Amino acid sequence: MTKEELEQKQSSDITPEVIGSERAILERTWDNGKGFYAWLTDCNHKSVGIRYIVTAFIFFVMSGSLAVTMRTQLMGPENRILGPDMYNQFFTTHGTSMMFLFAVPVMLGMGVYLVPLMIGTREIAFPRMNLYSYYLFLFAGILLFVALILNIGPDAGWFAYVPLSGPEFGIGKRVDVWSQVVSITEISALAVAVNIVVTIFKQRAPGMSLSRMPLYVWSMLVTAFMIIFAMPAVMLSSTLLSMDRLSKVSTHFFNAAEGGDPLLWQHLFWFFGHPEVYIIFLPATGFVSMIIATFARRRTFGYTALVMSAIATAFIGFGVWVHHMFATPLPQLGQSIFTASSMLIVIPNGVQIFCWVTTLWLGKWNIKAPLVWIFGFFGIFVLGGLTGVMLASVPLDTQLHDTFFVVAHFHYVLIGGGIFPLFGAIYYWFPKMTGRMLNNTAGVVNAVLMFIGFNMVFFPMHILGLDGMPRRVYTYATETGWGNLNMLATIGAYVMAIAAIVFVVNVVYSFLRGPIAGDNPWGADTLEWSVSSPPPTYNYQYIPEIEGPNALWDMTKDHAVVTGLHLYSRELLHTTIHDASPEKRHQTHGPSIFPLLTAIITAGGFITFMFTPWSVPTAMFLSAVCLFGWFWSNSTQHRPPFASIKDNLIYDDGGVPREVAI
Amino acid sequence: MKRRQPARGVLFIAAGLVASSCGGRQSAVDAAGIQAERLESLWWIFFWVTAVVYVVVMVLLIVAFFRNKRSNEEERPDTIPDPTRENRATRIVGGAVAITVITLFVLMITSFRAGRAVNSLGEKPPDLSIKVTGHQWWWEVEYQDEGNPSNNVTTANELHVPIGRTVKIMLQSNDVIHSLWMPNLHGKKDLVPIYPTTFYFEADKPGNYWGQCAEFCGYEHAKMRIAITAESPEDFQTWLNAGRRTPPPPSDGTVESRGRDIFLQSVCAQCHTVSGTNAAGRVGPNLTHIAARPYIAAGSLQNTGENLEAWITDPQHIKPGVYMPMNQYSDDDLLALTAYLKSLK
Repeated sequence: MTKEELEQKQSSDITPEVIGSERAILERTWDNGKGFYAWLTDCNHKSVGIRYIVTAFIFFVMSGSLAVTMRTQLMGPENRILGPDMYNQFFTTHGTSMMFLFAVPVMLGMGVYLVPLMIGTREIAFPRMNLYSYYLFLFAGILLFVALILNIGPDAGWFAYVPLSGPEFGIGKRVDVWSQVVSITEISALAVAVNIVVTIFKQRAPGMSLSRMPLYVWSMLVTAFMIIFAMPAVMLSSTLLSMDRLSKVSTHFFNAAEGGDPLLWQHLFWFFGHPEVYIIFLPATGFVSMIIATFARRRTFGYTALVMSAIATAFIGFGVWVHHMFATPLPQLGQSIFTASSMLIVIPNGVQIFCWVTTLWLGKWNIKAPLVWIFGFFGIFVLGGLTGVMLASVPLDTQLHDTFFVVAHFHYVLIGGGIFPLFGAIYYWFPKMTGRMLNNTAGVVNAVLMFIGFNMVFFPMHILGLDGMPRRVYTYATETGWGNLNMLATIGAYVMAIAAIVFVVNVVYSFLRGPIAGDNPWGADTLEWSVSSPPPTYNYQYIPEIEGPNALWDMTKDHAVVTGLHLYSRELLHTTIHDASPEKRHQTHGPSIFPLLTAIITAGGFITFMFTPWSVPTAMFLSAVCLFGWFWSNSTQHRPPFASIKDNLIYDDGGVPREVAI
Repeated sequence: MKRRQPARGVLFIAAGLVASSCGGRQSAVDAAGIQAERLESLWWIFFWVTAVVYVVVMVLLIVAFFRNKRSNEEERPDTIPDPTRENRATRIVGGAVAITVITLFVLMITSFRAGRAVNSLGEKPPDLSIKVTGHQWWWEVEYQDEGNPSNNVTTANELHVPIGRTVKIMLQSNDVIHSLWMPNLHGKKDLVPIYPTTFYFEADKPGNYWGQCAEFCGYEHAKMRIAITAESPEDFQTWLNAGRRTPPPPSDGTVESRGRDIFLQSVCAQCHTVSGTNAAGRVGPNLTHIAARPYIAAGSLQNTGENLEAWITDPQHIKPGVYMPMNQYSDDDLLALTAYLKSLK
């Protein structure tokens, strides 16, 4: 195209009439339809993200009620509210569900919703695979809780150590339910991880080079890579376990009598299990960075240090798993190496804490509910991190391991480090997701109640653990003297439950009646705050060019935008990995029923594998059929024909063309 | 010890509640032996260091809360912060990171040294070897006499050790993974099938302590306890000698003798051993000297006549899921049976 042609084209650009007519066309192109069928097939990243978050919170409430019931059982010695059978099912389901059905999916759901918006693209890289992953996650959750209701809930712990979970001691189908829930959710998590990596690498708005990426996007990128390396280990172990257990297959991977090895399970499981906690924690660090920057009204101090810390955490996180096995008969020297690596990981986490505290120290505070949750995060997470230093020491761990001290420790890091920032993030992004503000006062009350309740539940557990109370016990003798502190913990659990009710009421009420939020109610920096609340299906009519390390705070009034993306098909802009300079246009996909069908086949295949090995070839054949339909409907000739106004991608900078890309 | 007491006070006061009867029977911060003492002092080192770090971070945030200016969402964000302030902050953060690294290094070396010290006992030959086997959900304890295996003493859910002597514990499991934890004496060690393992400890303070299974092992994980008695070597030897004796058979015609007959003729003998009789079952605990034990059902019940009766009749009520079946005896038979068991001293 010659320069004259370009300028001629340009002259017709971005007048109010053009904006209006183009918006109307975009609305139609990106419309997902209405009705039940459209709801089943809608694969827009925002719909899927919100579904992920809502579903995960429902599982959170369900497994939280299990926890409250367990606390009621432990309230006094020799209680008989839950017998050992129910208690074991409850704590296994609580752990499995909180890890696999709440903490990871909710973080991924937030990522699925926020990452495309924050990097300035119209859609996630593989929207249909995204929808597929959601359905798998949903089916796994239904499987777990239906099994619990039918009294075949897993009862060998969320870690399912063999031989207790093996065919000899784990009778019935209970452990099979666990292993299939794990396999299904991990497929789902892997699909999201791939999606997020590709989206971040290829779809950032022009000018958003890696060094300008918001810290939350960095944290999701690192998390996604961790998932890609960690989840296969647990899928492998859960698959080996279900093969050991299935009577017609009866492999002996973990069967000591036939040369299998019970410690192999622990290695495989914790090689996944420890990175898992960073998979939950790292997205939360992203929330913390975002919220602190917005409410301290300044750029985050130590951007590079924070990015490097996240990456370092990810690397070291894969080298610490043996600290879960310090009591096993492993060689001493090998264990010492894991003491060193477990202490090493404190350094990047320390750097993160220092950078956030410094940001707050140098800022002017706008104290609103999200920031209050972050204060709670500091108060709890720092303590949890410090007890983690204790657990890294082999000799000390032999006293603390598998006691209530450890229960206290990991709830401090997971609830303090994951859930408090998450609640802060919900208060922060709720206006963007729904267009309405959450009630601020209720949010502060919510945070304070949660903080008090949390410390009432979990602080006493440190002392109980030192006082000899092991984990996973359904009761204890009166003479142990553990009754008082357990009673305190149980009262705290009810306070936490009240805090959760305040949250639910606030969300429901504000969703219906809350004050309307503007585009940017917090005066925040990242790109998602430049579009309407809630954002249009296509997110950005004109993708802005990023001009500095702060997306909106650095944005000038007449900044450049991208024009020329196809109006009549769902088109995305691909940019280069490092500099995010425009590379090509890419057509993405709209609603389809095949993700749902394939998810039904996949989940069905895993569930029937509890009973027969024939489920594997059957499910493979059926999913091949589904995937055929899926890819067939993907191919271009089945899409609406081109009727483009503009063929080329142009930066529009107030009428002067600057760059052309194809 | 003086240094430690106030620290424990701090910890307990912080919780606002002191466990009512922490009489030192089951606690990692109430050491009764040299190994546990080293672990306890390691704990207090870690406790104080981390407590200081926590307080510093919290004080910084609280000071910032009071000294920092307030703003609102209209406030112009600081996108190009003052470079002198930023540089000073960078130096301070760098210093904090350096202190962190040094602290961690010191803690790591302290931990290695403590670990070596705890394990150093195994370098000399032990005075006593005890084999502990984990079962769902009880402990089989076998005092071994390498010179003369007929002197071996098998008991269950109780451990007697002489003070001031090196004790070698050999651990094994034949079913699932258990973990033997005697917090007042030593850290825990897992009993993993096909991985027999050992540890060494020494008890210094006489007294009664509790140990408990620390690795989840199924239904009755909560009720898998072991009663530990640390006593003078003389008392220990008396106890051991009593254990080596076969209890004399009850005289004919007594209620104990009827109880023995019931024991041998009903299901009891299929699972339990009583030396000197035909009962040689290995599924359940050895009952040769059951009357001398303070507890039954792996520390769940005191060893009284009523508890024995309740346990024999309906163990599923006391320990749901336990492998011992319910037994129906007439009142007379039950009385005779418990009388027999109480005679097994």
